[in-house]
Amino acid sequence: MTPLTAHLLVAALLFAIGLAGALTRRNAILVLIGIELMLNAANLNFIAFWRYSPHPEALTGMMFAIFSIAVAAAEAAVGLGLVIAIHRHLHSTDLDQMNRMKG
Amino acid sequence: MSVIFWLISAITIAGALFAVILKNTVHCALALTVAFAGLALLFLGLDAQFAGFTEIMVYIGAVAILVVFAILLTRGSETPKDSVYSRFPVAGLVAAAGVFAVLGWAVLQSAGALPHAMQMPSATAKEIGYALVGRYVLPLEILALLLTVATIGAVIVALHEKEGK
Repeated sequence: MTPLTAHLLVAALLFAIGLAGALTRRNAILVLIGIELMLNAANLNFIAFWRYSPHPEALTGMMFAIFSIAVAAAEAAVGLGLVIAIHRHLHSTDLDQMNRMKG
Repeated sequence: MSVIFWLISAITIAGALFAVILKNTVHCALALTVAFAGLALLFLGLDAQFAGFTEIMVYIGAVAILVVFAILLTRGSETPKDSVYSRFPVAGLVAAAGVFAVLGWAVLQSAGALPHAMQMPSATAKEIGYALVGRYVLPLEILALLLTVATIGAVIVALHEKEGK
């Protein structure tokens, strides 16, 4: 098994764990944690492809991973802000109770 | 592959697994921090020093702390008495297992076609800085705008509204 294949398999497993967490948990914060894990698995793929690419001096994969980390930080801030706002309305972070679009 | 890679991978995957299966939300956040630290070590093992330390600063320093703050602000720190899983957890597990099966099959099938250049790439902070203000300056500016808007938006969304306004 080449190093790139091993890294890709680890990233695939991390993505599947994050997806399982996002799909099976009831708490909205835990769903966000699952989404963060999936984003990080994608970052691991970018870095692994950059490291073993024929032209790593172009820095493309590295740049994509850095931009993706920054976008994930913005996403986490907005997502957790939304969770806090919904908790103020419903007094719960249970996703099964968030079934109305109307405030 | 070296023993160290498999050790770090095992720690990362165990952290991710505990982050999604533990009952107490604070324990989940702590396990998530372990997974982020393992991922940063994997980045460092791939000679991506800048990305590894960025991962530590952004994820462990900011996102994990933000998650803990959100848990404490929503009083989610006590262990829930009823089930923590949704009504149909088996469907989610089957979907995730299917996605992993397809991804793993695709990776193993294309193992021969993947590049395996073994020269050591160099990506110092200086080179990344020059690339960020040279070739990637427009994405950098857009990202700066996005971060500003997202931070202001998160504060406005989470802001406490006074009664009667």
